[in-house]
Amino acid sequence: MAAILSPPRLLPSGDSAITVEFSRHIDDAENQRVLALDRAVATEAIAGVTETVPTYRSLLVHYDPLQIGFDALSEKLGALAQLPVPPAAKTRRWRIPVVYGGEHGIDLEDVAKTLNTTPDDIVARHIAADYRVAMIGFTPGWSYLSGLPASLQMPRRQNPRLLTPAGTVSIGGVQTGVQCLAGPSGWHLLGRTAVRTYQLHRDPIFLLEPGDRVTFDPVDAKTFAEQDRAAEAGEIVAELMAT
Amino acid sequence: MSKLLVSAIGPASSVQDGGRYGAQRYGLTPSGAMDRIALAAANCLVGNAPFAAGIEIGPFGAAFTAREGAVRVALAGALRSADVSGRAVAFDTSMTLADGENLTLGFARGGCFSYLAIEGGIAGEPMFGSLAVNARAGLGSPYPRPLQAGDALQVEAASGAPERRIDLPAAGNRPICVVLGPQDDEFSEDTVRLFLDSEWKVSATSDRMGYRLEGPAIQHLHGHNIVSDGTVNGSIQVPGNGAPIVLMPDRGTTGGYPKIATVISADFGRFAQIPVGTGFHFKAVSMAEAQAELRKLAELLRSLPDRVRDIESFDLNLEALQTANVAGAAVSAIDAGTWQTASPAAARD
Repeated sequence: MAAILSPPRLLPSGDSAITVEFSRHIDDAENQRVLALDRAVATEAIAGVTETVPTYRSLLVHYDPLQIGFDALSEKLGALAQLPVPPAAKTRRWRIPVVYGGEHGIDLEDVAKTLNTTPDDIVARHIAADYRVAMIGFTPGWSYLSGLPASLQMPRRQNPRLLTPAGTVSIGGVQTGVQCLAGPSGWHLLGRTAVRTYQLHRDPIFLLEPGDRVTFDPVDAKTFAEQDRAAEAGEIVAELMAT
Repeated sequence: MSKLLVSAIGPASSVQDGGRYGAQRYGLTPSGAMDRIALAAANCLVGNAPFAAGIEIGPFGAAFTAREGAVRVALAGALRSADVSGRAVAFDTSMTLADGENLTLGFARGGCFSYLAIEGGIAGEPMFGSLAVNARAGLGSPYPRPLQAGDALQVEAASGAPERRIDLPAAGNRPICVVLGPQDDEFSEDTVRLFLDSEWKVSATSDRMGYRLEGPAIQHLHGHNIVSDGTVNGSIQVPGNGAPIVLMPDRGTTGGYPKIATVISADFGRFAQIPVGTGFHFKAVSMAEAQAELRKLAELLRSLPDRVRDIESFDLNLEALQTANVAGAAVSAIDAGTWQTASPAAARD
């Protein structure tokens, strides 16, 4: 018998969006429910729903109130959220190459010191784990991954950096992430990948989907430079693994 | 084809349209006009689709020159002095710049953003169906950045259609309506009341990503870190320092601060036009009221073409003209060349 699922909270985000909140915390099981509801909303093709934004703990549903009202949509979403979580149709698994440390990961040494170990050990821990894309947000292609080993979890930097390089792979709190564009970040920078999670004029423009699995593969600086050139030319340098 | 040369321009001016929607789940910021109604009104005057790309002009001055042919344009949004080769021209009207003629605009008065629509739109390469500039993501066309002096936009040659004016309802000075939530429960009832009862001002550090507000500190009940969730235009998030930030069209698609309330869609453009340092209040409304206002806004958008008329058919209203002059518009009541400035819009702020 299916367990009775706790109902999510249906919160107004203004007059044209509803936040379906499953949890206030980062919780893998609740994130699975978010992604399941996201799939269900896509399958259901509810008239008036314009787009959805899945996050760790909630699904933001943008809608056109001229087509469907808050109460009617809340009711539909609430009902869909109560359905048992079906397995994702097909889980994709990516292997993403990362050059760790040095100029590419300027916080690796400090992270090792803080955690009382060596940079090599930090890399070993980071590549040993199996990650899942929990959400994509903030800026195009910024992928937040769940599954960071407890031994790598540490608070964010006291002073966020205003500019971190494109392709940065970093850790912050219980998360690790791959950012696509250069931009501000308060996380600890472990390395860089040549993979563009977002690239205009490439098919697909966005590489990762929420729910995809990810592992990291260490490469040296020379390989990174070669991959970076190939990626700039539009090649997908991430490896899609057989599942 | 003609060209519209940007001969001078201040910061915070860029090509904007209705925005790019559909990929917020990948972190793609929608961008688009800060005041969509003003953009739609300007576009309507030159026969464009309401959310065709136009030039969003920030609070500072700007100047444009027609090149390689005539260019027909229209102005709407925040009022400012405007002249074509020394002759004052009106907002909420279309006008044709002859080859080589200049349109010179002063600082915005009683608003922030004016919109210059160009007959036939702006030639560019749409990205996700939009030319809107999102400088941080390097998106937008023909330039993926704010406009700079020397930029030249490819545009249609002017059609020679009669010039038109549009009659827009007064924006009024009502409070900015919000729907509470999604995280109003991260604040005490007293704090929510303080938020609603206080006078706020838009800080000078505001931009197209967010308007920072100055007013009383808004205290959280359980700290300021929440696990990130999705944002919308008008989300009012409260970071650790207690100074709310209203998220604007270049916002991050997700954010990690509690959101006390959300500006209603119908008031978003009016909010975006509040100048730095001008006091305003928020007012909480129900979902039903917010959606009713949105329906009214949709009706206004639909009615825009009916509100346009040829300038020749407009009856000169001396009283309105005098009002406009008292309000400080740079026109002369006896100069027939400038009478158009006496539009109801002059009293709109």
